[in-house]
Amino acid sequence: MAIEVRIPTILRTYTGGAKAVESTGSTLDELLNNLESAHSGIRDRLVEGEKLRRFVNVYLNDEDVRFLGGLETPVKDGDTVTVLPAVAGGGR
Amino acid sequence: MLTISRELHDKIIAHARKDHPDEACGVIAGAIGSDAPTRFVPMQNAERSPTFYRFDSAEQLKVWREMDDRDEEAVVIYHSHTATEAYPSRTDISYASEPQAHYVLVSTRDAQKAEFRSYRIIDGEVTEEPVTVSPR
Repeated sequence: MAIEVRIPTILRTYTGGAKAVESTGSTLDELLNNLESAHSGIRDRLVEGEKLRRFVNVYLNDEDVRFLGGLETPVKDGDTVTVLPAVAGGGR
Repeated sequence: MLTISRELHDKIIAHARKDHPDEACGVIAGAIGSDAPTRFVPMQNAERSPTFYRFDSAEQLKVWREMDDRDEEAVVIYHSHTATEAYPSRTDISYASEPQAHYVLVSTRDAQKAEFRSYRIIDGEVTEEPVTVSPR
């Protein structure tokens, strides 16, 4: 068993075009480190310092991880992690 | 070039007018690779602000999944500027991450005449494109 990570179009250059990849870990942080070892460069697009970048939304199953525990959010086999680029901007 | 039906064009402007003075935002979905916007999906501006917009993250997940299930993508991503021209701001550019999307900006600063313009934003580079409004 593993954790499925769904990858948005803009980051599929890191996954050889794959829409979803599998990884493992007990927290989101660990999962992203393991993802990085298979898909070099991807972690940096998601994490800045110790925090998720504000340009991306990361969901554990149906929940935005910002409302869970951020990078410390526990994850387990069978979970799905979805990454979407945040859509935002504004006049100023 | 963006080709959009009169109906969808008018729906975007109506949404922007309705939410004024806050910024309005949403997408128009279309079949993947078709470059044809067909399904109007107004979104909540989670910021409810006259100077900033952000798709509500839970709503975005729901809408993106729906598009996935229907083999659609965001052909148009639109939002309004309520006091400035319909040109991408620095914030708009830094967030733009859908290279296939037409970024539509509407300005509602003039109560009579709405500005409706479209852009490609790729790797921080903005290119304005012509907009053709088709009868259907």
